[in-house]
Amino acid sequence: MAIDLRTVSITPLRQTFGHLARRMGADKPASRYIEATMDLQPVENYHYRPTWEPQYDIFDTTRTAITMKDWYALKDPRQYYYGTWTLARGRMQEVAEGDFDLVDELGLAAAYPPAGKADALEVFLPLRHVAWASNLNKAYVSSYGYGIAISQAACYASMDQLGVAQYVTRLGIAFDDLDALANAKSAWLEGAEWQELRRYVEDLMVEKDWFEVLVAQDFALEGLLYPLIYERYNEKLNAAYSPVFSMLTRFQREWFGETSKWLDAVLKAAGADNPDNKEQLATWMRKWRDRAVVALKPVAALAFGGEAEAVMAELVQNLNARAAKAGVAL
Amino acid sequence: MDMKVAKKLGLKERYSLMTRDLAWDTTYQPMDKVFPQTTYEGIKIHDWDKWEDPFRLTMDAYWKYQSEKERKLYAILDGFNQNNGHLSVTDARYINVLKLFLGSTPPLELMAARGFSMMGRQMNGAGPRVACQMQAVDEYRHFQTQIHSISNYNKYYNGMDEFAHQQSRMWYLSDGKSFFDDAITAGPFEFMVAIGFAFEYVLTNILFVPFISGAAYNGDMAAMTVGFSAQSDEARHMTLGLECIKFMLEQDPDNLPIVQRWIDKWTWRGTRKLASVGMMMDYMLPKRIMSFKEAWEMYVEENGGALFKDLARYGITIPKCFSQTIEEKEHVSHQSWIGFYMKPQATPFHTWIPTPDEMDWLSEKYPNTFDKYYRPVLEFFDAQEKAGNRFDNKTAPMNCQVCVSTMKFNEPGDPMEMCFRESIYNGEKFHTCSDHCKEIFDNEPEKYSQTFISSHQVLQGNCEPDGVDVNAPDFEPGRHMLDYWKLDKRALGDFNGSEDQKNFAAWREQATKN
Repeated sequence: MAIDLRTVSITPLRQTFGHLARRMGADKPASRYIEATMDLQPVENYHYRPTWEPQYDIFDTTRTAITMKDWYALKDPRQYYYGTWTLARGRMQEVAEGDFDLVDELGLAAAYPPAGKADALEVFLPLRHVAWASNLNKAYVSSYGYGIAISQAACYASMDQLGVAQYVTRLGIAFDDLDALANAKSAWLEGAEWQELRRYVEDLMVEKDWFEVLVAQDFALEGLLYPLIYERYNEKLNAAYSPVFSMLTRFQREWFGETSKWLDAVLKAAGADNPDNKEQLATWMRKWRDRAVVALKPVAALAFGGEAEAVMAELVQNLNARAAKAGVAL
Repeated sequence: MDMKVAKKLGLKERYSLMTRDLAWDTTYQPMDKVFPQTTYEGIKIHDWDKWEDPFRLTMDAYWKYQSEKERKLYAILDGFNQNNGHLSVTDARYINVLKLFLGSTPPLELMAARGFSMMGRQMNGAGPRVACQMQAVDEYRHFQTQIHSISNYNKYYNGMDEFAHQQSRMWYLSDGKSFFDDAITAGPFEFMVAIGFAFEYVLTNILFVPFISGAAYNGDMAAMTVGFSAQSDEARHMTLGLECIKFMLEQDPDNLPIVQRWIDKWTWRGTRKLASVGMMMDYMLPKRIMSFKEAWEMYVEENGGALFKDLARYGITIPKCFSQTIEEKEHVSHQSWIGFYMKPQATPFHTWIPTPDEMDWLSEKYPNTFDKYYRPVLEFFDAQEKAGNRFDNKTAPMNCQVCVSTMKFNEPGDPMEMCFRESIYNGEKFHTCSDHCKEIFDNEPEKYSQTFISSHQVLQGNCEPDGVDVNAPDFEPGRHMLDYWKLDKRALGDFNGSEDQKNFAAWREQATKN
């Protein structure tokens, strides 16, 4: 049925939902991010306890040592709800697709100097397994985190990491080498350079405090790994050979720059809530930063040889500075 | 040029490289500690690699398709809102469908998102894990697009403004809440049968097709577009649910009795939840698509029947409750609507007595039951209402301990007799609405004795707004229910005479006349 409606101005009875008006302190229009996020997770009157962990409620604030007066203070400065997230990733994948097509069209991978290629694949390809672990650990945060602000952002980040693992896999395929993927998997499982890193992500798979997992995986590990490989190592390869690896890992670089903004805001909000949080965050950050350095040193040596120590030292400085900006002194 | 010819990868091989080849068996931590939940339900899995991926979608393709869908969807929503699209619905009574939907559906989609995230963490096969993660993120899409599409209606009509607050407090929403709470607190395999199979496969069509078609028939472009846009996601979800059932059954013959019990249980639980879809179709849509009975025959008896025939080769039999649901299809929509009509002070949507034309339609669609059992009740209520004696049941309802529906269903074979069952557990008596709910209770009494029944909790002083002293000498349980629910008085009671009715008429007049 089509009714011809004249454009008329009607005064609305209200501007938004009650829970959002109370949160904003006024009845005013709410953004789609706010509508899609705030105060939506059930917090009361649960019917049953989980048969898999009866000591907790379905959603339970005591699953982490972090406490918050308002769990929705952990909001996302990117304002990602599903629609904005998927649009942003849709644009990034379009660019990535163009990059992969171009490399293919111009035969850039085949033309890459063999020595450089072997070295680079040795560094890049095992990272598909690191991204896979990251996907799993972020899925933990999104499953057991409290409130939709953190659960949805962690869910999107988890899917992003599945995407990263797949882009690294495509990188291997682009260099026309399924053997390289198989070798990388053996290196991941048995190669001495990768074992501390594998131990690190596997230990996180049994860590119960979801906020600690977030700090260890997203802040400490990725805060060092992404600049180390996707920035510094790419720069080294660009200078020595050609920017093909930089092109084919553009997604990862952009993702890290963008996602760090979210993570830093979450850490800052948690630390700002109360001094105990701040102290807890500092403890976790130190613990996992130091472990991440141990885990990444052999990888850094693979990538940078004699300069690895210096590169790592600088990246640790940068990570400490990020913590300081979030209000946590390390 | 010295170029090696790229080995052409098949779709299956490529997808395997993009998912399961990424995984490995952990050694620094034991696998059963990394995935601690997949053994305690008794399901035996010998080889996770035998999982057949129900769809092969890598993230780049996912983002490409989904971002195209989102772009179109929000463009349509924006246009609909800017042009006062709400005034193009058939009749303001339709908006009550949206009130019912907003309270009952997005909160459950949210639980599906959280539940599938848990599955996407806990399943120890890489194939099912990725498929569950994709469903989790889709479910975020669904609850968010549903809220976004109804948000504009909330600005002009009453009863939608407190859905988030009411999701865990409203008596009539606790059946849906208990359904998802039950699934998410079960083990991962039962969750997959409950939500992935019973809900997404067996029952999803009868939940969403009538809603989407109802929106289309009644001029609601916003809800219709959201619904259609979700359909291609739902198709993936259905294949996941079915694959999971087949996988469990193929892995070990011992899984059959467990899976069968879950199918029986969750088909019944889902059926009970659908009573409110029935009343939407038969009573609330001003322009009807088909009767609930016809929809049940098409989507459940025919399609569901064919599905169970297909599963027979694994030893699965048709759910025990099937014959009872066929008997009930001629009753539940009427019983539900009458039940809600009798509680005008307790719902954020309006009710009404069908017009004489509408009653004739019901007679035609329900030749065996409507004139005999339900028309007389409705006509009696109508006469009473016109005489200024509108029926108002102020007592707290009695609820089923399992499905949490109010007790309103009839004894099988006897439409004039209400059905009650009871069980004793730990010396306490628990009431259920049917043989099937009683059986579910008796199988897991420790779980179902926990059910949060609001009519009991009210009497214990557990349903009071902040600031009420339950120990005060003059405390009267239930006196503050409207405050506890944050229920706007303008949203209560009869559609006739409501603010919605008046506003819609005035606004439409303004928009269509000079």
